[in-house]
Amino acid sequence: MSTFVDAFRFMGDHQHLLLSKAEQHIELSGAALVIALVLALPIGLWLGHLHRGLFAAASVANVGRSLPSLVLIALGLTVFGIGFWNNTVALVVLAIPPILTNAYFAMEGVDPDAVEAARGVGMTELQVLVRVELPLGLPLVFAGIRIAAIFVIATATIAAIAGGGGLGEIIVNRASYGDAGVVAASLCVSALAFAAALILSVVRRSVSPRHTSVA
Amino acid sequence: MIVATGPVIPNFGQGSSCEVNNGWFCTDWVSQHWHDTLQPALIQHIELTVIAVGIGFVLAFALALVGFRYRLLDPPIGLFSDFLYTIPSLALFQLLIPITGISVTTVEIALVSYTLLVLYRNMIEGLRNVPAELVDVARGSGFTRAQTFMRVELPLALPAILAGLRIATVSTISIATVASFVIAKGLGSPIFVALEQDVFKTEIFMAGGMAVALALVADGLLVLLQRVLTPWARLVRAT
Amino acid sequence: MPGQAAELVFDEATKEYAGRAGAAVDHLSLTVPAGEICVLVGPSGGGKTTALRLVNRLISLTSGDIRIDGTSILEQDLVELRRGIGYVIQQVGLFPHMTVEANIGTVPRLYGRSKPWIHTRSQELLELVGLDSSYAARYPAQLSGGERQRVGLARALAADPPLMLMDEPFAAIDPIVRARLQDEFLRLQQEVRKTVVFVTHDIDEAIKVGDRIAILRPGGRLVQYDTPMTILEHPKDDFVAEFVGVDRALKALALHTLAELELGPPTDGPRVPRTATARDALALMIEKRVDALAVTDDEGKVVGSITREVLVP
Repeated sequence: MSTFVDAFRFMGDHQHLLLSKAEQHIELSGAALVIALVLALPIGLWLGHLHRGLFAAASVANVGRSLPSLVLIALGLTVFGIGFWNNTVALVVLAIPPILTNAYFAMEGVDPDAVEAARGVGMTELQVLVRVELPLGLPLVFAGIRIAAIFVIATATIAAIAGGGGLGEIIVNRASYGDAGVVAASLCVSALAFAAALILSVVRRSVSPRHTSVA
Repeated sequence: MIVATGPVIPNFGQGSSCEVNNGWFCTDWVSQHWHDTLQPALIQHIELTVIAVGIGFVLAFALALVGFRYRLLDPPIGLFSDFLYTIPSLALFQLLIPITGISVTTVEIALVSYTLLVLYRNMIEGLRNVPAELVDVARGSGFTRAQTFMRVELPLALPAILAGLRIATVSTISIATVASFVIAKGLGSPIFVALEQDVFKTEIFMAGGMAVALALVADGLLVLLQRVLTPWARLVRAT
Repeated sequence: MPGQAAELVFDEATKEYAGRAGAAVDHLSLTVPAGEICVLVGPSGGGKTTALRLVNRLISLTSGDIRIDGTSILEQDLVELRRGIGYVIQQVGLFPHMTVEANIGTVPRLYGRSKPWIHTRSQELLELVGLDSSYAARYPAQLSGGERQRVGLARALAADPPLMLMDEPFAAIDPIVRARLQDEFLRLQQEVRKTVVFVTHDIDEAIKVGDRIAILRPGGRLVQYDTPMTILEHPKDDFVAEFVGVDRALKALALHTLAELELGPPTDGPRVPRTATARDALALMIEKRVDALAVTDDEGKVVGSITREVLVP
């Protein structure tokens, strides 16, 4: 228990260190998440809209879950060596499945009557997606992004062993930073994860259409 | 960093040329070290997973019964599980160590926490999605509350429960690799060691591959279980 | 099949909801003799479904009583009461995770009947409701709407209850199948002779199916309780008259078949079977612009004639 008290003292003493590590952490996680969003979101949304590729979407979900984050980090290291790419690639690969599958099922599961009505009034396919399906499927899409964000932040922590920097560097280095430091960094990275989840919640609420029940 | 003990990479001077040069995949290393490194790691990993999922399932089920019966308790339980789920695994391990020490217990507590959210949510959703008219017919025909639950609500919630079990199991196998950071057990252990020792590729591929294979096999087995326990579910989907 | 029908008595049965003005069921009193079909009919809000669900206590009485064969429902054990009443709802509510046979065996299983017993019983009932024995192993998802409702009926009959409650059982079925199901239900009732309380909002169905009809108006008040013929010929007030419809005279014609009437000598002309209703015969006369029809028997042989004057004196 005293370790926790020491941890807070550590935080006080080493603000600069923790902040710079946190910054690194956010950079790595953020970059990977953005890349994954750009890659996976459009594909997932469009496939779901077309109601095609159910098998592929489900398989991606399964495979994605089966890839242990540590394995991906290690693989990244063996393939790319230490540098910019190894961890980023690993994180992107991890983030894609939840974003892709949730986007797919969110669009695929929208009330078919609403979609048909939209087509009936003459909306183009893209308009149907953006004006009808997306607003209705937003909760599920965001749920996927949230899962991806948490995965990425968690794995970025592990990526420290492959030169990823960030708060993980402190956590894996008990020898240099002591018990207090490790616990302090753990608390910080947890706070980071909560903050990310909270921000996503706020964003989701602000872009959701009114009078839609937000799960 | 905590390192596993035991022979992993032989002295560079004495290993085969493949090992010395860190080739992509050295079969002789695999055959040499299957019994002392890889197989034990696999068995430990399976043990860790089974215990975590088992305890998580029982716990989540108990919580789901409470949340289902007393609706007001559902949000707090859900929030709590969500809270645990958000904490990065490595951080959670480290936060538990001061309390429960460097032990299997610490690892299991963390692993169980991660299963709770998925299992709890799926169980409650499954129970809630049972059509109201079926409960009406059951009660009207003379089922007691307990009979309605056991013979109608629970069986109909089974597909959702099993789906949650699948996700929880595969996720646990994945997170358990990180557990090797705390205790030298499971398939993560050879990987950590290999990373330390100049990134020995063969060991990483073997251990990593086995972890992935384990996850896929577990998933496949659970799908089979789904088919056996709920043969009717596929028909409903088809209509 | 053995099993005695029970007499059902509503005695000032009332259901009021707190915070809602007026009663859902307002001092309902009527007696359903054993073996009869009593149809509760009326516009929405009339309390007919509520009245039905008071009987098996899915809704609790505010005041008054309901007695089955003289025993108050309040004095019986709740679960025992319900097991002794067949319950059929509009959506059928077959359990999707059980086979047809298991569904039919629902209540017998609660009574502890063995699997072989249930198998035999469900075969009996499948035959009774007009389904092939191969249906026993199927799942509800594999059945059509009409087939499901037949199984629902079989399930309600499985424990041979003395009383059946049916809540708009055929409302979700398309009209052609519905007519067939109604006919089969009546045929079934000839065989099993249960006491049935049948709720519907369709006056034509009520007339076709009911031995006696109870018309409830919004507010749950009983306005008239009589045989179909009496209600059609002597509606008690404007509400009943309006609910029954301006065409009640024609509806009354539908209550009689040609077989019940005295036929004239055989003649030429358009043919109509004996089993047709007087209303169908009149409709045919209007269509063909004739005043007489030749009446045929089951084999199509002309056995007599019917004239317009006999139908519409």
